[in-house]
Amino acid sequence: MATTTVSVRPNTYAGTAWSWITTVDHKRIAVLYFVTSLAFFALGGAEALLIRLQLSRPELDLVHPDRFAELFTMHGTTMVFLALMPLSAAFFNLLVPLMIGARDVAFPRLNALSYWVYLFGGIFLNISFIAGGAPAMGWFGYAPLTATEFADTHAVDFWAFGLQILGVSSILASINFIVTIINMRAPGMTFNRMPMFVWMTLITGFLIIFAFPVITIGLVLLLFDRYLGTSFFLYQGGGDPVLWQHLFWVFGHPEVYILILPAMGIVSDVLPTFSRKPLFGYAVVAYSGAAIALVGFGVWTHHMFTVGLGPVADTAFAISTMAVAVPTGVKIFNWIATLWGGSISLRTPMLFAIGFIAMFILGGLTGVSLGSPPVDTQVQDTYYVVAHLHYVLFGGTIFGLFAGIYFWFPKMTGRMLNEGWGKVHFWLMMIGFNLAFGPQHQLGIDGMPRRIHTYGADMGWDAWNLMSTVGAWLIGLSMLIFAINAIRSLRSGRDSGPDPWDGGTLEWSMSSPPPVYNFAEVPVVDDRYPVWKEKHGGGHTGAAVAEPPAAETAHDDDEPHIHMPNPSYWPVLVAAGMVITACGLIFHQVFLLIGALIFGISLIGWIEEPPG
Amino acid sequence: MTVDAHAHEEHPTSTGLDSRKVAMWAFLGSETMFFGSLILVMLINKHNTLGVMLGHGDHTFEAGQGMLDLVLTSFTTFVLLTSSLAMVLALAAFRNRSINWGRFWLMVVVAFGAIFLGGQVYEFTAFVREGLTPSTNLFGASFYMLVGFHGAHVAIGILWLLAVVYYSYRGRYQGADTWGVEMVGLYWHFVDLVWVAIFTLIYLI
Repeated sequence: MATTTVSVRPNTYAGTAWSWITTVDHKRIAVLYFVTSLAFFALGGAEALLIRLQLSRPELDLVHPDRFAELFTMHGTTMVFLALMPLSAAFFNLLVPLMIGARDVAFPRLNALSYWVYLFGGIFLNISFIAGGAPAMGWFGYAPLTATEFADTHAVDFWAFGLQILGVSSILASINFIVTIINMRAPGMTFNRMPMFVWMTLITGFLIIFAFPVITIGLVLLLFDRYLGTSFFLYQGGGDPVLWQHLFWVFGHPEVYILILPAMGIVSDVLPTFSRKPLFGYAVVAYSGAAIALVGFGVWTHHMFTVGLGPVADTAFAISTMAVAVPTGVKIFNWIATLWGGSISLRTPMLFAIGFIAMFILGGLTGVSLGSPPVDTQVQDTYYVVAHLHYVLFGGTIFGLFAGIYFWFPKMTGRMLNEGWGKVHFWLMMIGFNLAFGPQHQLGIDGMPRRIHTYGADMGWDAWNLMSTVGAWLIGLSMLIFAINAIRSLRSGRDSGPDPWDGGTLEWSMSSPPPVYNFAEVPVVDDRYPVWKEKHGGGHTGAAVAEPPAAETAHDDDEPHIHMPNPSYWPVLVAAGMVITACGLIFHQVFLLIGALIFGISLIGWIEEPPG
Repeated sequence: MTVDAHAHEEHPTSTGLDSRKVAMWAFLGSETMFFGSLILVMLINKHNTLGVMLGHGDHTFEAGQGMLDLVLTSFTTFVLLTSSLAMVLALAAFRNRSINWGRFWLMVVVAFGAIFLGGQVYEFTAFVREGLTPSTNLFGASFYMLVGFHGAHVAIGILWLLAVVYYSYRGRYQGADTWGVEMVGLYWHFVDLVWVAIFTLIYLI
């Protein structure tokens, strides 16, 4: 343990395992989200490494074709629903209350419920590997591959129920954060002064509550088809497989904005800190985020250009798809303008943030090319699409999230991540990423289809595939370095103090980790960067300095008496009841009864529990 | 979903609105997408040209809609819509501190909701007896799905109303804080409103 510690470390995380299971503190729930989502990230990454190993040379047979299909399906599902979304949720939990000057979220117990439902849902989904085989129809589960006729094990049921459960978690969490942001802001923290990450959290919340119901209905129809013999997606009974594609992508396209907007918010807060100047065009960045979300609901059939919806539909959706590039481009120019003329310091978070901009531009450009129906028709279901989506979701989201991890790790833990190893991580990941996914553009143009188990030696794809595999394993190595760095820094990292980066937003005004109650006194905010204003005066905005200090910190030695919500074990029980009920629909009816009983009793217990 | 009522009284919210109410509005916003998707699925299935092309879907919907008992459902629809009036009166009574009248009107809402659900159960069993199940054809699938999903919402609403009545005997909603009645009211009016759309699209058109 660090003996040179000067500041008193708050006992935010002290306590038994039971205190973690029953916690309703947003900071602890954030830690739970971080650990769980990074574990699932490692699992999804391991699946990717196996996929790449199988494809490293032509005509290999390291992985059985059936297992291969399970691997790419579970890789996609895990990364989207169990790794990236919850990792964003970890940041929502950690940062939103700190940034808006609140002591917790609006509904702390509901927040705990969201986490436990997510954890149990993720485990439930992965039980399929040992219970008769994992889903193997691709992460968007196209009909009729999900029909009983072609998938007679419970794999699809695991997938469908699993996504339903995760949807419950996401919708509950989103309602919670929407209400928190709308209703729990500190005095003076107007919408116009919220950190950009909070803005993007709010927009993402609305995206989730409006997009997830659509996939929920799609999955309900699918389960009816499988359990009750309806034919919503089966042409034999008069149904239409394309209906599934519509329902999936009406959800699925907003989903990619659900994945990217939080990362954009993180980058919008990291860049100003390391450029020593405020975000350029604050309002435009916020509104363009809202515009992306809005237009994002009207572009879904660009995933379906080859279905044959006709030239009118294709043209309309091509136009709306290209239109998304406008607010996205606006954001990129604003980030570049934020850098422009700033005194830039290239610390690790900044490297990841700049990497985000560069890689996301590449992914965005291939996205625009895919928005053109003739191009899309040519490269549909090839590695070009795989390259594009990884440039956006890895080059974009994951680079952005790692910028956030390096940036706020000190705030969460009170210790710095090692800067040198952080830079090694960044460069290795940057090189590995481009080596892994850059060649896939060429493979796609050459016609290599995605999701194939292997390919012929005479196709001329050997070199590109080998490069891609080497790149993937470099990414794996970089993640190993990150993991070691994180563990070592947790044990013996340099003490960060409250404000290691000279940050400007409210979370830097308190100790690291923040005390249980966050703010001893609720701060009064009069600036977009209240902590900068307190430290350096209002110079950057030209405002007067005579205002009272924007934020109060807990410097007092004696703990202030602030009443925080009591811990509760009902959320974890309600979540368990929910997931056991789902088990009943797959394994044995007795679980249905047990699950429903646990769910009902815990719900009553929850309602009966004296609040606070 | 109960939260610390005292905390809300001590710290006024940024908008002045009760957080629970904002959460309810967000939830109902989400619900519009649930029902919107289901209604769209129903309409798409009604005009499913693929099925007609393959010789399945034609006249399925006309035949199915011909089976509907318009008189019965018009009556239960009237009862359900009237229950919204009782809901308004219940909230008004609780706000006026006439707890007994509030309970009375809540029970009227429960009774009317039960009549509506009873009509639906009768309709479903009659259909099954006539040979229409969810797996019979696309109309059966869409009809049972949409109407059943709404019926489940009514059933949850009834349970919720009964819980509110129960907690009114446990001393809640006696003072200025009638939020529990207001929440279930918002939900109930929403479920009623959705029925207006479903009734129009399935039974009338």
